[in-house]
Amino acid sequence: MELPVFDGGDSNVRKFNTVNRRVFILKIAKGIIFTGIVARLFSLQITENKKYLTLSDKNRLREWRLPPVRGEFEDYFGNVVAGNTKVYQLHVVPEQVEDFKYLMVRLKNILSLSDKQFSKIVKKKKQQKPWETLIISESLTWDQFSKVNFYLHELSGAKPVLSVARSYPYKANYTHVLGYVAQASESDLLENEEIKNKHVPGLRVGKTGLEKTFENSLIGTNSVKRYEVNAFGKRINQVDFKEGEKGQKIKLTIDTEIQKLCNELLAEKSGSISVMDIFTGEIIAMHSSPSFDPNLFMYGISYKDWDLIRKNPLKPLINKTISGLYSPGSTIKPIVALSALENDVISTKFKVNCTGKMEMYGQTYHCWKKKGHGIVDLRDAIKQSCDTYFYEMSRRLGVDRLNITAKRFGLGNTVFKNLYTEEKKGLVPSTKWKKNALGKGWVLGETLITGIGQGYIQTTPLQLCLMTAQLANGGFKIFPRITVDKNQESLEKIKYKMEARLKITNENSSSLIRSAEEIFTKGEKEYNKLFRNQENIKFVLEAMSASTNEVRGTSYRSRIDDPKYRFAGKTGTAQVKKITKLQRELDLDTAQIPYEERDHAWYVAFGPYKDPRYALCVLVEHGGSGSATAAPLAKKLMKKIIDRHEEREKIRKNNLVDI
Amino acid sequence: MFEQSSYSEQYTFFQKLRSFDFVLIFCVICLGIISNFSMYSTDGGEFLYHSKSHFIRFVTFFSMMIFLSFFNLRFWHSTAYLFYSITLGFLIWASMYGVTASGSQRWINLYFINLQPSELMKIAIIVCFARYFHREQMPNINSFKNIIISMAILLLPILLVVSQPDLGTSILIAISGVIVLWLAGFNIKYFIYSGLTLIISLPFVISMLKPYQKQRVLTFFNPDRDPLGAGYQIIQSKIAVGSGGLTGKGYLKGTQSYLEFLPEKHTDFIFTLFSEEHGFIGSVILLILYGVLIFRILNIGSHSRSFFGKLFCYGFGSAIFVYVAVNMSMVLGLLPIVGSPLPIMSYGGSSMLATMIGLSIVMSTKIHSKQIIH
Repeated sequence: MELPVFDGGDSNVRKFNTVNRRVFILKIAKGIIFTGIVARLFSLQITENKKYLTLSDKNRLREWRLPPVRGEFEDYFGNVVAGNTKVYQLHVVPEQVEDFKYLMVRLKNILSLSDKQFSKIVKKKKQQKPWETLIISESLTWDQFSKVNFYLHELSGAKPVLSVARSYPYKANYTHVLGYVAQASESDLLENEEIKNKHVPGLRVGKTGLEKTFENSLIGTNSVKRYEVNAFGKRINQVDFKEGEKGQKIKLTIDTEIQKLCNELLAEKSGSISVMDIFTGEIIAMHSSPSFDPNLFMYGISYKDWDLIRKNPLKPLINKTISGLYSPGSTIKPIVALSALENDVISTKFKVNCTGKMEMYGQTYHCWKKKGHGIVDLRDAIKQSCDTYFYEMSRRLGVDRLNITAKRFGLGNTVFKNLYTEEKKGLVPSTKWKKNALGKGWVLGETLITGIGQGYIQTTPLQLCLMTAQLANGGFKIFPRITVDKNQESLEKIKYKMEARLKITNENSSSLIRSAEEIFTKGEKEYNKLFRNQENIKFVLEAMSASTNEVRGTSYRSRIDDPKYRFAGKTGTAQVKKITKLQRELDLDTAQIPYEERDHAWYVAFGPYKDPRYALCVLVEHGGSGSATAAPLAKKLMKKIIDRHEEREKIRKNNLVDI
Repeated sequence: MFEQSSYSEQYTFFQKLRSFDFVLIFCVICLGIISNFSMYSTDGGEFLYHSKSHFIRFVTFFSMMIFLSFFNLRFWHSTAYLFYSITLGFLIWASMYGVTASGSQRWINLYFINLQPSELMKIAIIVCFARYFHREQMPNINSFKNIIISMAILLLPILLVVSQPDLGTSILIAISGVIVLWLAGFNIKYFIYSGLTLIISLPFVISMLKPYQKQRVLTFFNPDRDPLGAGYQIIQSKIAVGSGGLTGKGYLKGTQSYLEFLPEKHTDFIFTLFSEEHGFIGSVILLILYGVLIFRILNIGSHSRSFFGKLFCYGFGSAIFVYVAVNMSMVLGLLPIVGSPLPIMSYGGSSMLATMIGLSIVMSTKIHSKQIIH
């Protein structure tokens, strides 16, 4: 037996043995636990490494999206009509500010903010997260900007920022063509996926007009800054910068010079002017008056300014050229005459004796000229705008045949395809329409007043411009456009195509019989001829020229004798209210009638007469007679248009070479 | 017997120095270097407050450890109860006049140092038990008197620490105390009984916990319950460790810690920082260092001829293991977050002091392993 090594004998040996045995058990347990920890480390660091690496990057990196730079609009000559301008802004990230109240009070003094603006900012701050950028001012003047920079060391947390904002250098001139931009609203985000994807606080998007229509091309892509941030969201350093692409540039067919003239001509008036290339369909000017400065919307319009625009009785917010509906008055007479000729209802020799009024179906229908025109033929009737002649002619023609011709020439339908959401179709009545819409039978008397552009018929100014253009180009279908089309055909090619269409004769008779519905379901092809016999169109155009350039023509006073500028047109004076017997007897001057009851003054024209190229339509709301109010404006306008012709042609040729 | 004891007392300085455990010292120095570099990293790659004071503490307490190692094991044996009593006194002092920080009254102000007596208690309880059971004969160990007295020795400091409140430290004291009791020869059935009692009373205990402690326990079972609140620490810690990968993000390049996603990165979560920067390989090396350290301590214990030294080494080695295992499991999401520093690595003077005192007793045991204490 071994001698006990330790003092205390057997019990001590047992004690030592116990402790040694138990430590051995513990050692095994420790080994197992350490292995478990290693296994855990392995699973976290090796097996799931990717997952945690992604999470760590997500922690570490934060992206800051900057607002995309919006594409510009250019006019036909390359002038920027909607651009981006540098603005000085003042941003504050509330989270990074030690004493927000102090900073705000200081800023209020430096920027001389009003109490209202001040409380607005404080309110805005409460609505957003503390790490979100608070825009104190959207546009500082240079004075304010330099002042802020001067005191910047005392204004910890304030950041003067150079940013871009939409600007409209031609102010009110392009308002209705382009629309305007403003801060994206909730509904903008819901409606447009593109806006939603690119949205950053303060992003401005198109609210109306082309700005809205071309939103997806204009918007561009966000620049993205990637920052490393710490646990408190503070930026530590910039890791990456991905420059966004500027939005697409959109070139308009509009000539700013003419557009500006339109604005001047309609100054202080309510109305619309549109000018169109009769072959290419390019809109050369399109203006609605009164207009307003869209730059006001850039930084959020003041309540006062907004009220001024909104409550203006002349309705500056409405784009009258495409969404104003008016009786066309006598401007529709060329189409009525054409329809009668095309349908062989009358010949050009057909004569009517105008006594100033006409009794029919127990009612009296008056000619605008009380004394009457005497015996007139079709040419004289157009030239002098004899209502009696047109009563008789439309009676024979019937409203349904007129409806077909009018619709073929673009009345009663939108001029642009989905370009403006606010564009109106207007109305060209027919017996069928009345039955469906009003549930009543057509009354023959209604045909008579439709024949002089009154009654149910309603058109937009641009529709009349298109109508005139399609007459002036010899009766061929065109599709108006307001943006430059890369695939625009050359003028020679268009004319060649039209010539070619002329030679197809077998289509002739059937084309007129086709119902209006059929035309619109199938759609008329570009440069299709809209007539049966071109002689009829030539006759109408000649009569329009007589109306302008011959003595006793309704717009004779607005003629231009120089053959270079000579143009042809048709006046229109659309009644707003039925004229009472008393008024007829009084025969008041325009100025003596209350504004709302005055006639709308119309003028449609094309020129130069020898070789027509442009068509225009002038409307002055409640302007009185077309010959006195609208035609003189058209004269000035036509001169300018023809003066600008050569410049325009140069660009056109360049454009064609470009392709 | 007397010969042996008188022989051992004749150790010269150089004899003692020669019988130092150099593997142990190597491990401690390695861990010390690693901890200093990690602390430098928590300061964002600058030699600032934490790294400075950690360095000073390590050097001071390490020197102290070497110095204390020359003390005869008898010294520790004879002063064991005194050591325990003083520490207990400190605990009582802390509970009455202690310095309050982050909602817990843990520190006492000794003018030159803010001491956390609960950390010292981790060692004191082991020393005390080693002394208590040194003389006890095997049959008597499980006597009623012994059970009552050892329970009192264990529960008194635990209750004081819990009331601070410091759940983490009290659990660690309890675990190391219980291990020592078991090693000393307590019948296994007591542990089973008390374990069952604990489980039964657990719902009652949980209901007594402070709201933040309850939150932590609940969060442990489902960290996504409150990802920005109580679960934040676990989630961020796991992200940091997991994103470290095989070789880590590189020294001073741990984004989770550098960008302050990691909480408590210089104390309880120092391992997370280390693991993020040095990856799986670094972590395993660190774990091996701790493993060798613990193995050496247990080994010294097994060669000691005195029961005091043996029990202390076993107890202390196991305690170090528990601290390491609990800390690592905690930061790896295997255990709920309780305050438990990683020995030597974590920032904290008291913990460092306690660890170094423990190591010096171990070293003294090694030097005097042939010695028998009466």
